[in-house]
Amino acid sequence: MTQNILSVEAVHTFIGQFHILEGVSFDVPENSITALLGRNGAGKTTTLRTIIGLNPPSSGQISFNGREIQGKPAFDIARMGIGFVPDYRAIFKQLSVEENLKIAERVPGELQKNIPFIFDIFPDLERLFYWPGGQLSGGQQQMLAVARALVPDNRLLLIDEPSEGLAPVIIEQMISAIRQLSTSTTVLLVEQNFHVASKLAEYYVIIEDGLSVHMGEMENLVNDPALIKKYLGAS
Amino acid sequence: MTTTAAPLRANIFKQSLLVSGLFVLAVIVINFIFFEPSTIAVVLLSGLYQGMLFFLVASGMSIVFGLLDVLNLAQGSFFMLGAYSGFAIYTALPEGTPIGVRFVAALVGATVFGAVLGAGTEYVLLRPLYARPIFQIVLTFGLGTAIDEIVRAIYGPAGLVPVSPPQSLSTTFSVLGGRFETYRLFIILVGFLLMVSISILLQRTRLGIIIRAGVQDSQMVEALGINVRRIFTLVFVLGTAVAALGGMTAAPFLGAYPSMGGQFLLTAVIVIVIGGMSSYEGTAIASILVGLIRATVEQISLQFYNTPILASVSILIFMVVVLLVRPTGLFGRE
Repeated sequence: MTQNILSVEAVHTFIGQFHILEGVSFDVPENSITALLGRNGAGKTTTLRTIIGLNPPSSGQISFNGREIQGKPAFDIARMGIGFVPDYRAIFKQLSVEENLKIAERVPGELQKNIPFIFDIFPDLERLFYWPGGQLSGGQQQMLAVARALVPDNRLLLIDEPSEGLAPVIIEQMISAIRQLSTSTTVLLVEQNFHVASKLAEYYVIIEDGLSVHMGEMENLVNDPALIKKYLGAS
Repeated sequence: MTTTAAPLRANIFKQSLLVSGLFVLAVIVINFIFFEPSTIAVVLLSGLYQGMLFFLVASGMSIVFGLLDVLNLAQGSFFMLGAYSGFAIYTALPEGTPIGVRFVAALVGATVFGAVLGAGTEYVLLRPLYARPIFQIVLTFGLGTAIDEIVRAIYGPAGLVPVSPPQSLSTTFSVLGGRFETYRLFIILVGFLLMVSISILLQRTRLGIIIRAGVQDSQMVEALGINVRRIFTLVFVLGTAVAALGGMTAAPFLGAYPSMGGQFLLTAVIVIVIGGMSSYEGTAIASILVGLIRATVEQISLQFYNTPILASVSILIFMVVVLLVRPTGLFGRE
């Protein structure tokens, strides 16, 4: 039986006065890819930011690897082994690619240790190693953002919209990269593009108006056009 | 890890350096037009001396503003407190203590005092207000005013007579026929040393990488597993410690008086604006430029009008010129 590495139970999150998450619950099985799906503004990004601690929940429980993490500061949660790749990529434009990766080290020497794996997944980064982050293309920045989360030995990666704004050929590269990295770590991703999500994920959770309304195996969702149309507006 | 591509240098940085170089060249040319070689040497050294004092106040402000979005208007008061605390340590040491020992103890003590006070200020006063930048400006302005008034109440408004530096720094030396105080050269060297040290810290260390990244996106730095609050405190402490060290370094030449911080604060803010808000390189270069311009105009003003009054106005005019050419400052970014 697969163990859950992450459990989210009845989580509510406010941003300012706005009640964004109104009861989100789901589990993420270890060594899998799970996709958070839903329309724009449903609360998918807030769910990831709540898990990593950037938008702490007002109530509910989040367990990672058997330990409750809600209410802890983001740096503490990250150090437990969770990597975060935001939708805006958050590349440090004034830093080189090397420095963008180096800053993610939690233990000295981690970058040196994991760089062969990173270059294996994203060969372009080897060529661009000393370039300023701000001079990379959108696709290269996305690769760097994901690569940065691979520097420490994270057990869970939260990836927000990995295909957003990328050319089709780069999306294919990204799909292949995420598949490759999922052999060694669990991935929870937010993906607006259902085609990409269905190719990548084994499990899905649908968020609608701040509530988790449906979840299960991706295979079942793919074979249920009515459900897709109802919640995602696609068929 | 292999190197397959040379690092690219940003064009904007090159342009900024070029523009700054042109300003320095213009100042040197003006010196050659108006002065004898002996005066030129003294004016340029005097400009570097003033520039280093501005740097000691402005550098901390600039880094703190970049990372924390806090324009620390109490920074001038930390500079002044450095001078007073150094004086207190200098005079408190037992009779018979060599001047050199007193002087070094005062420098170290003032720096530590500035650091401790900075840590307390950041932890107690600023931390609760990070989400309210306007409140922070008001708070640091109020703090600076309160510190100035407390010092005025304790020591009086007149200020303290400069203490003596070690004998070896109390002499003058000849440069191209002009005379220049060794102590002012010492201040230039201290300033350069700090300028290079802080630059190495920012460019070559992990802490520097974190600070530069935090300037852009402190939330993401936190999400990478870094305690940004601790970095905030460290940076604030660095800024106040450097300012206090600057105050004590200047004290044997300028003395200590309650309004000295306010005088330097205004110029420091101008330096930061000219350099480009939150750019350390910009602040370093703008400090030197402002010092050179101020010293040059001061000398011209004295030579032709018998008053140094134009010196202060000149840096305001320079700021306007820079902002017309580059609205974000010499090294500022959109």
